Amino acid sequence: MTARRFWRRNGATGWALTAPATLAVVAFLIVPIGAVIAGTFMDPRGVFAPYISYFNSGFRTTVLFRTLQISAFTTVISLIFGFMTAYVVSRAPGKVKSLLIVAAVFPLLTGVVVRAFAWLIILGRNGILNQALLALGIVNEPLEMLYTQGAVIVGMVYLFVPLMVLSLVGVLENIPKDVLQASSSLGASPMATFWQVLLPLAVPGLIVGAVLVFTGSFTAYATPQLLGGERQTVLATLLQQRAMVSFDWVGASTIAAIMTVITISIVLAMSHVARRINPMAT
Amino acid sequence: MSDRPHPLLIVIAALVYLFLMVPLVIVVGAALSDTTYLTFPPQGLSLRWFENIFQISAFRRTIVTSLQIAFLGTLIALLIGIPAAYALNRFRVELPKWLGTLFLLPILVPEIVFGFALLKSLTVGTGAPIFLALLIGHTLIVLPYVVRVISASLASFDFSIEEAAISLGSAPVKTFFTIVLPNVRGGVIAAFILAFITSLNDVSVSLFLTGPGISTLPIQILAHVEQFFDPTVASVSVLLMVLTVAVMAIVERTLGLTFLAK
Repeated sequence: MTARRFWRRNGATGWALTAPATLAVVAFLIVPIGAVIAGTFMDPRGVFAPYISYFNSGFRTTVLFRTLQISAFTTVISLIFGFMTAYVVSRAPGKVKSLLIVAAVFPLLTGVVVRAFAWLIILGRNGILNQALLALGIVNEPLEMLYTQGAVIVGMVYLFVPLMVLSLVGVLENIPKDVLQASSSLGASPMATFWQVLLPLAVPGLIVGAVLVFTGSFTAYATPQLLGGERQTVLATLLQQRAMVSFDWVGASTIAAIMTVITISIVLAMSHVARRINPMAT
Repeated sequence: MSDRPHPLLIVIAALVYLFLMVPLVIVVGAALSDTTYLTFPPQGLSLRWFENIFQISAFRRTIVTSLQIAFLGTLIALLIGIPAAYALNRFRVELPKWLGTLFLLPILVPEIVFGFALLKSLTVGTGAPIFLALLIGHTLIVLPYVVRVISASLASFDFSIEEAAISLGSAPVKTFFTIVLPNVRGGVIAAFILAFITSLNDVSVSLFLTGPGISTLPIQILAHVEQFFDPTVASVSVLLMVLTVAVMAIVERTLGLTFLAK
């Protein structure tokens, strides 16, 4: 009885058990990142000086817009193809379905460097795609496909489609089958059921998937570095250059602060939206 | 809606899967080529590029570092993450909601920003050894996976079993190890594997935490690709894929692969 009362007494035990993990996150993540962001406001030139100089640089604003653009394209393409694929996977018979899920998990567990490297072999000047196009006589000389925005987007879509498929399969399976059956038994065509019942019910899941892909591609490093090079500098590669090549700590910290603020705002805003428009919410 | 998806949708899904698989097949083919440059289909089969990995000392060294960091980081994350996940479920009422979000922060903030912040505050700020900074960074980036996966298994655990044991006189700590932990064994294994692979593949945090003679395998691969365009990297990639397949086989054996599709 006493042991039980001890255990039930209060949340003190709970706090004690979470303390090591809490301390680790606070000391090694919140404090260091907070210090980086706070540091950008302590510039001797003025409170917002690093940000003013960031946005006054044509190159650096171009990098910001390029990063946003690449992330937007990646998100839309992954969303469209991910949703269609997830729909087929969720309707597949048991055995086929688990095979398809495994086939999506495998690339996800393969590292980003390996997956970007694969596209380097395909898109290179003497790469497989160019060899094929030359052999078929479609082009007369190799195309410059690497170090273009398209190459970065293809690499990013490759990175994020499996994630989108897997999270949307979960979403689609959670939609009660009776709702869809009700729709078709009341006379709605398969198309109408899809557009008017299935899609609206999947919207919160689509938003979560879109946020994952957008923030993931917004902060990705290896893929733009290998497939985009200096010509397609994005925020992550610029941050690395500023910090490790030019030792411009203030510049690097400013980029880090911009990336953090944009990422966190998108996550917060969209999770708020997803919660509000969820038609299944009670 | 028991009817099958539109044939056009099936074709698109098949093409998406082709898009996912072909690049990986190409990497395997390129790794087996006997040429000194990257090509596909392989010209002359050979395993010499696999031998070459171990002849380059930078690869040998970084493979060891990566495995050490992944193993130790995952272990520490489990040591601090299991009690946290347990408390979040057991004391759901007493503990505030934001505490759960706190443990997800390492995957919510941009990883590359986290890596840079660690470089600035830890390596440069306090002069901590790079290995230690790598270990701390990797422990934190795998912590969210550990807490989430183990929380998911604990969510379906019936805590009245634990209470029964305690009210029958079993000590709370002993009860945890003999009653609670064995019941979430699957979750712990899954968390270990997911965390280990995440750490092994990490680029953004390790990117800043390198120094003379110390780095991780993905960073070494990046550096090698930028200088040489030979099949060595393709064979390292194949090694990593083989490791992934082995790990997936273990998950399949113990839990069933649909476990990962959450």
